[in-house]
Amino acid sequence: MAMVQPKSVKYRLWLTHLGLLGFIALIVFPLLMVISISFREGNFATGALFPENPTLEHWSLALGIPYTQDDGTVVQPPFPVLLWLWNSIKIALISSALILMLSTTSAYAFARMRFGGKAPILKGMLIFQMFPPVLSLVAIYALFDQLGQHVPWLGVNTHGAVIVASLGGMALHIWTIKGYFESIDASLEEAAVVDGATTWQAFFHILLPMSVPILAVVFILAFITCVTEYPIASVLLMDVDRLTLAVGAQQYLYPQNYLWGDFAAAAVLSGLPITLMFLYCQKWIVGGLTAGGVKG
Amino acid sequence: MNARAELPSPAMMSRSWTLHPTLKTGLRWLVWLTFNAFALYLVVALYAQRQLAFALLGLVVTGLASYVFINRRAYAHRYIYPAVAGMLVFVIFPLLYTVGIGFTNYSGSNLLSQEQVQQYHLNQTFLAGERYRFTLHASPEGDRVRIDKGEQGVFVSEPLTGEPDPQTPLAMRPASEVELGEALPLRDVIKRRNELDQRVLAGPGGDLLRMYGLREFAAAQPLYRLAEDGALISNKTGERLVPDLERGFYVDEQGEIVPPGFSVFVGMDNFAKVITDPSIRGPFLQIFVWTVAFAGLTVVFTLAVGLVLANLLQWELVRGKPFYRVMLILPYAVPAFISILVFRGLFNQNFGEINLLLDTLFGIRPDWFSDPTLARSMILIVNTWLGYPYMLLLCMGLLQAIPKDHYEASAMDGATPLDNLLRITLPQLIKPLMPLLIASFAFNFNNFVLITLLTRGGPDIIGATTPAGTTDLLVSYTYRIAFQDSGQNFALAAAIATMIFMLVGAMAWLNLKLSKVKV
Repeated sequence: MAMVQPKSVKYRLWLTHLGLLGFIALIVFPLLMVISISFREGNFATGALFPENPTLEHWSLALGIPYTQDDGTVVQPPFPVLLWLWNSIKIALISSALILMLSTTSAYAFARMRFGGKAPILKGMLIFQMFPPVLSLVAIYALFDQLGQHVPWLGVNTHGAVIVASLGGMALHIWTIKGYFESIDASLEEAAVVDGATTWQAFFHILLPMSVPILAVVFILAFITCVTEYPIASVLLMDVDRLTLAVGAQQYLYPQNYLWGDFAAAAVLSGLPITLMFLYCQKWIVGGLTAGGVKG
Repeated sequence: MNARAELPSPAMMSRSWTLHPTLKTGLRWLVWLTFNAFALYLVVALYAQRQLAFALLGLVVTGLASYVFINRRAYAHRYIYPAVAGMLVFVIFPLLYTVGIGFTNYSGSNLLSQEQVQQYHLNQTFLAGERYRFTLHASPEGDRVRIDKGEQGVFVSEPLTGEPDPQTPLAMRPASEVELGEALPLRDVIKRRNELDQRVLAGPGGDLLRMYGLREFAAAQPLYRLAEDGALISNKTGERLVPDLERGFYVDEQGEIVPPGFSVFVGMDNFAKVITDPSIRGPFLQIFVWTVAFAGLTVVFTLAVGLVLANLLQWELVRGKPFYRVMLILPYAVPAFISILVFRGLFNQNFGEINLLLDTLFGIRPDWFSDPTLARSMILIVNTWLGYPYMLLLCMGLLQAIPKDHYEASAMDGATPLDNLLRITLPQLIKPLMPLLIASFAFNFNNFVLITLLTRGGPDIIGATTPAGTTDLLVSYTYRIAFQDSGQNFALAAAIATMIFMLVGAMAWLNLKLSKVKV
């Protein structure tokens, strides 16, 4: 297509590139800085973007290995970062698997079946999803306190409680999957039902295999949401050994015990896998963000 | 009769490996019965502990489950039941419960129920009689306490086994009936002091003895007895304690309260306090204004940055788009709790890299964390950094939908890029964007994690009786009232939360109307 171009286009193009690169430099500066800080000596030292005497001190501590300094003193790791990371991953994996399972079956019913109260339930879910759980933390705490007296693995200060609490946030995932199911022609399932398959079989053997991409997206979205969840975990978990990364990480930056270098290494170590995973999946995630839920 | 019955259908073929129908039905009923038995046990146990709200929740959830999984007509509901139940238990119930707390005086000082407080007072004892020396002895059945009551004789308690319980006293028998070993040294008594403190011994006459110091047991009497009208009468002084159902405390004859308090229904008191008490109303209004400003400005800034970038990336002549795209959404990919803490360190007034840079370049070191205006600017900068990639992604998607020939026509008329942006792009984007902008506003209105991890609400507002900071949002303010050490005023927090619920509900409703969701 022949587009009408103004004359000064070349000059503008250069300006655009320059502007974009400048902006990116500004945006990426904090992230580069953290990587640089993680290789610096000590927790207070300041220096250039490229440290003059790079050291692995903070990295060693972040990985849980005691570090021997040049003068022979041994520094113990301040916090069990790897354990926190493992807690986060464990909770997020189980939560997102449950969320995926339950929201898929729900989305199937919403997409394919007719039943009483369908529209109000769907809309109600969207509305209630906007209420932040931070505001009902007192009630959530009381709920798990009660549950824990009868079912110990669901009590306060257990991972079970955090996992189960995450099941409140399925509405957006249901909407996303429902939107995808509706884009798939129902005739195949109908044919299977005519041949005598039950509704469940039609869903499980026909629709589900065709929906693997969206299920992957929802799983990853749920996983990232769970890993970064802060308020509920901060109230439900207490022991240092049971904290998730999101709750534990801030302990590095208390004014009384300011471990800037150690934090930097721990942050890069734990943030990098999630960042890379997100970037790798960004295309599908963006599709999920715009396709599901609130459609214009 | 039925032609289809003769055809080998998938269901019939699979019958060879599925369970026999009656067995399957039996199994289903078995599962249903066990589930219900367990659920009913839980409900009854909660009811017995007077946790009516929780018992009711259990009843509703299990009742719905039974209905849905037994009734054939509710077949479709079986699929949605787990999600709906999850929402009911972890979103809607806590919401209602919080609203309920808002009408009580539930707080750190009024934590228990009235029955619990009454029981607490009835468990109090005072020294009312002789003191007797005791010794601890080992015996084959367990350690026993030997008490020398002088002229009345020497007595030995039952073995001290199991958890100590002040409600069930250990009986004592004359020493002659029991074989005892040597007395244990005092250090063993010291070691078990906490346990012994909880033990109550009952003499043959029914008199109760409790430990008094390390060497003696003494006759202890309950401090209060229950009168028929619900008052507590002191056995020591004869004074009456009357429950004050307005304040949630027992009150003595001078009108002084006797802690601990219990939670009572106080109507609109908490809401009235927010509106009338100047030391709460002032900070509340200030925080409310800042919350609205913060959420609004965040939406404007992130949208502005995202829209401009999306327009630049949309230009066909720009090369290297995949690179730009990945770099530009990088802030979105890093977990928020990490990047917020990174900024907290970088903005640190003393050793932060940002102040070092500003110091070398311009010779200034702004007080990012102690000056309210600077703290607010910092929060907006950080939140724009965190939030613009989302807007960028949304705008990039929506820009595809604008027909190219609009720009073609405007180029013919000699329009500048700015004209294009303001006259063509923005008017066409704003309608589909509106619900997303409202959602973003609502999200930032309640952006608890950002404030908590970055400033914790500080610097503090001077003259506030509740923990309140100049950068606190309503949510973090509520959280601090409820959970910060000096606070624990759950009821006030719940009342403010209820107000926020109404605002959020209005936003959610507006959002739903504007986005015209098709079900």
